[in-house]
Amino acid sequence: MRKIYDSMEYQPNMQVLDSDLLEQVLDKTKNFNPYQYTKKDVLSVLEKDNLSISDFAVLLSPAAESCLEKMAKKSKLQRYKYFGGNVLLFTPLYISNYCENECVYCGFNCKNKISRSRLNAEEIEREMIAISKTGMREVLMLTGESPTKSDVEYIAKAVSIAKKYFSTIGLEVYPMNVDDYKLLHQSGADFVTVFQETYDSTVYAEKHPAGAKRCFPYRFYAQERAILGEMRGVGFGVLLGLSDFRKDMFTAAVHAKLLQQKYPHTEIAMSFPRLRPYKNHTETNPNDVHETQLLQMMMAFRLFMPFASITISTRERSGFRDNVLPLCATKISAGVNVGIGGHTENEQKGDAQFEISDPRTLEEIHNAILNQNMQPVYTDYINTSLL
Amino acid sequence: MNFITNNNDPLILDGHTFNSRFILGSGKFSLKLIQTVMEYGGSEIATIALRRANADSPENILDFIPKNITLLPNTSGARNAEEAVRIARLSRELGCGDFVKIEVIHDSKYLLPDNEETIKATKILAKEGFIVLPYMYPDLISARKLVDAGAAAVMPLGAPIGSNRGLLTKDFIKILIEEIPLPIIVDAGIGSPSQACEAMELGASAVMANTAIATADDCASMAKAFRLAIEAGRTAYLAKLGRVLDKGAEASSPLTGFLQD
Amino acid sequence: MTVNGEFIELSSPIDLKTFLESQGYNINRIAVEINYEIIPKSTYQNVILSEKDVLEIVSFMGGG
Repeated sequence: MRKIYDSMEYQPNMQVLDSDLLEQVLDKTKNFNPYQYTKKDVLSVLEKDNLSISDFAVLLSPAAESCLEKMAKKSKLQRYKYFGGNVLLFTPLYISNYCENECVYCGFNCKNKISRSRLNAEEIEREMIAISKTGMREVLMLTGESPTKSDVEYIAKAVSIAKKYFSTIGLEVYPMNVDDYKLLHQSGADFVTVFQETYDSTVYAEKHPAGAKRCFPYRFYAQERAILGEMRGVGFGVLLGLSDFRKDMFTAAVHAKLLQQKYPHTEIAMSFPRLRPYKNHTETNPNDVHETQLLQMMMAFRLFMPFASITISTRERSGFRDNVLPLCATKISAGVNVGIGGHTENEQKGDAQFEISDPRTLEEIHNAILNQNMQPVYTDYINTSLL
Repeated sequence: MNFITNNNDPLILDGHTFNSRFILGSGKFSLKLIQTVMEYGGSEIATIALRRANADSPENILDFIPKNITLLPNTSGARNAEEAVRIARLSRELGCGDFVKIEVIHDSKYLLPDNEETIKATKILAKEGFIVLPYMYPDLISARKLVDAGAAAVMPLGAPIGSNRGLLTKDFIKILIEEIPLPIIVDAGIGSPSQACEAMELGASAVMANTAIATADDCASMAKAFRLAIEAGRTAYLAKLGRVLDKGAEASSPLTGFLQD
Repeated sequence: MTVNGEFIELSSPIDLKTFLESQGYNINRIAVEINYEIIPKSTYQNVILSEKDVLEIVSFMGGG
């Protein structure tokens, strides 16, 4: 039986940064109350070009739901102002689904009896070749959170294989120390995404009863450690619906904002994964995130940090994904298989984390983007380490 | 309704609070006028400069500035960080406190500040316990370096010194106001009260002016006009500008009609 | 000895305090550097000036 520890305590081997970002973020978000705003407040925020943290809070409010069309107009303007019609494409590749956490909402939970596996170097290479043959230039590598089954050296090896076929490599793996990120960066990775899931530390402790992930502050500081490990950009996200999604979204964005102010050279990305509301549940659950609220969160963030990247999740249906591209999202996955491997003719080796709603191939998504008079982009910067 | 008063809205520089947001430059005045001008302007901070002393001059500016005024010696004349540091140390030796306005100018035609040397001097002086207010060209990257160097505020120029041309650098000063977590004090180039008011409306924390007041026909009245303009701009900033009212209801939703809940 | 850029002949050894007073400076309103080193006011009478010294004597004036 593993020990249940205090979720605010660092565990052995977890690096502690000399940083007060967590205190700052909690302080700036503690009085968040989205129910205090009126439509008038929302309209006056929509007149502004630069939004303060409190302006952003207004756009997350229930009152802003009635101004969604106006928000969309403004959000679209900002989206085109900063990114034009560019849409960045990437393919995710799950290389291992071993996990040592027990997140109660997750398919990879170590107590779930699912088929576990990890790809070996040869299998990784075959997957990379298969994905790169579709024309894709950016890959996002994911693992379950198991530092023993998918250790840092294993991930570094996978990155250096990917480097042969891709110009941009992102990682969505368990939080690690600065030196680990440094090694992965030297191996060729440039972007690190870590979802905090929820910033409500009580709910966080409930939903993460065991494993390294239980440590709230270690996860919180993952992006800062990745930046200190010289990563080019970092991604954030909360699992919308796990707790009060408005407060979580607010806190995630403040986290991103303060980190961007502290490290102005860092590229910021936000993802919006949601727990789907179930139709047979009560319709009035305030934590339910319907498409309306999801779009509202995404557009509010676009207006708050107009220069940041927004990824539209594969969990959403194709109609939603296509329509949010001109309004706010800038990055979309294509050719997705969330099982382990699964991009070659061989069968996938391990079970998937969740069900996807948009199984379209790269070609189909490429054409869907062109049909909206937007431009698919496969690589958007020169990697000077390759010159 | 809560009214905003200037009593609960102090300017804070490294823990020191001031009720006035008008910093007065003391150059180009006849010494006898300074006290009146300071009174009319309501200023609590005055800049002064260091020069070689003249043995036979009986009048000293310190005898003409009221005792409750915080003196802000500048490093004018410095052409690099080393000279600025030297001038700052001499100024402190004169017993006027720890405030210093760093001004490093290495260009005799336009008198534009050298941001790089200013950052160097800021770093050295902040470490020595000075409260450093660097005068600078409004560049975001330099301003961030000044924050890291330990500045207590950032003083971007509105236009070249003495030009009275106003907020030529407005868009860049706005960027500093948004991004820099220190008071932004607009310095240089402010030629009229309306320009000072505009800077405050944008969200500047204070305005520094000298030439515009010293060259007016009636210096004291001009100082008063600046005080009122700066208060007006500050109050407008705190009151937040209103919006044009939107008429009519939302007819259709062409952009968000795709939602399925 | 050089004082504020001008050469001044020293007839006999003299301390800084006496020199400044003899020249008519108001000691409360000046700061003094000898050979680029600031001299604390409290030590003026202990500093003996020599031929090779370079003195800078400064005070405040109006400035923006």
